[in-house]
Amino acid sequence: MKLYEIAHSRAGDKGNTLTLALIPYDESDYPMLCQKVTVDKVKNHLNKIVSGNIVRYELPNIASLLFVCQNALLGGVTTSLAMDTHGKTLSYALLEMEL
Amino acid sequence: MKDKIRIGCGAGFSGDRLDPAIILAEKGKLDYLVLECLAERTIALAQKRKIKDQTKGYDPLLERRIESLLPILVKNKVTLITNMGAANPMEGARKVVAIARKSNLKIKIAAVAGDDVFDKLDTSALAIETNESLKNSGEFISANAYLGVEGILRGLQAGANIVITGRVADPSLFLAPMIFEFAWPTTDYGLMGKGTVIGHLLECAGHITGGYFADPVKKPVEGLHQLGHPFADIGKDGSAVISKVEGTGGVVNLQTVKEQLLYEVINPFEYFTPDVIADFTSVKLKEIGKDQVEVTGGHGKAKPATYKISIGYKAFWLGEGEISYAGQFAFERAKLAGEIIAKRFSEGLVISDHPITDIRVDYIGVSSVHRTDFKTTSSSPYEVRLRVAGKAKTLDDAALIGEEVEALYTNGPAGGGGVRKLVNEVIGIVSTLIDRNKIETQVTIIES
Repeated sequence: MKLYEIAHSRAGDKGNTLTLALIPYDESDYPMLCQKVTVDKVKNHLNKIVSGNIVRYELPNIASLLFVCQNALLGGVTTSLAMDTHGKTLSYALLEMEL
Repeated sequence: MKDKIRIGCGAGFSGDRLDPAIILAEKGKLDYLVLECLAERTIALAQKRKIKDQTKGYDPLLERRIESLLPILVKNKVTLITNMGAANPMEGARKVVAIARKSNLKIKIAAVAGDDVFDKLDTSALAIETNESLKNSGEFISANAYLGVEGILRGLQAGANIVITGRVADPSLFLAPMIFEFAWPTTDYGLMGKGTVIGHLLECAGHITGGYFADPVKKPVEGLHQLGHPFADIGKDGSAVISKVEGTGGVVNLQTVKEQLLYEVINPFEYFTPDVIADFTSVKLKEIGKDQVEVTGGHGKAKPATYKISIGYKAFWLGEGEISYAGQFAFERAKLAGEIIAKRFSEGLVISDHPITDIRVDYIGVSSVHRTDFKTTSSSPYEVRLRVAGKAKTLDDAALIGEEVEALYTNGPAGGGGVRKLVNEVIGIVSTLIDRNKIETQVTIIES
């Protein structure tokens, strides 16, 4: 099963840093996501995209995870040669991950 | 003093739609309308327009937005706060006055300036992004500090119906009217934190009303063609209910609010603005009705001693060329074409003034966006578009990239068509910090 089936995501950018929120549709899936969607697993899944450190924040109040990924946007929004310079589409890259 | 105010957000970026703000002003029963129109790079582009013509440099859509909104704002007594002043708030304000006079509308406008620190910039300071001296970034175009609520507050205190600013931290556009209406002390960092959370939730407009959230399979949203933009009913205690005008498209629910709360947040325990270091982790959300989400909690601690400065610099010329392949083995032919062009640049066969070494080849429809397809493509796609992009020192050199793609017409491989060529100057952004005491916020009041 892909993450897409049980969670949604929003990507954001600050310079060369990518933020990925991971939000389960059903809040009762939050503990399972905390357990299964570890920093190592995300790093491995996004290895073609993120070359820097990843920090995971847990937000139990809103049953959501936030991944902050360094060196993920090929130098950053303003100077990258990519078409999607912001990395706005990368929310769906995270949701491709197999659980 | 009021116990409750309603603030709407009618634009979340410079190019946003015009009609949602009109609907908010007309039917939203607003006290304040905010138009957030200044992304990181927008102000550097505005500065370039100002250098060419000193009467320009404000948001290019300012006239169109104000002409359609002003009569409604006056009729319904809605105060407008916007950063559409961009690189030239004073000229933006004069433009608004001219529009008001033409329609015989009496208004008072506050122009907030002081964010432009181009002349004060210490170029030996280190860039936050690279930890290198700013000097290494190339020729600067603009340098603007992210101001806080101060200038907007002074404008509101002077009785302005419209406050037009240059660079101000986005949440400050929303926090200022809360401080003004509720007489919040700006040293009450708990309240500053709560108000900043509400500002952050509203600032991207259609994000929180289900626009950029929508997915036809898992997150279907009705009426996206007439998406409503949000407003918040804010209480004196810093709690709020996020909603939108009844009858507009879109949705406000727990999911849309969660997505926006975490958008572009680097550390949810410490969200830095010029007004406060806000804590987003203590925010609580509750659906209390159709398209109504209650926001409580949120906190903050003392504001930072420095302002962040965003500096625009001339980075490079971007050259691009695209060509399509279709039918049998389309991807294989596109790959061959991409390899040919990459080789011609790397082996120095393209005659240019300066070497062009930074070339990127994308296969649109296969792997152009995520640089990988996570092995999901089972068969070869029917059509593929090849895109080649490269960095060059001059416009002429950048044009060579598109020309190389165009030359695939006769030089092969077979069946390429639909070439497009593009050249653009790219403005880069670096940031640094500046002491608060070096910044002087200026507020000018003009009346129509």
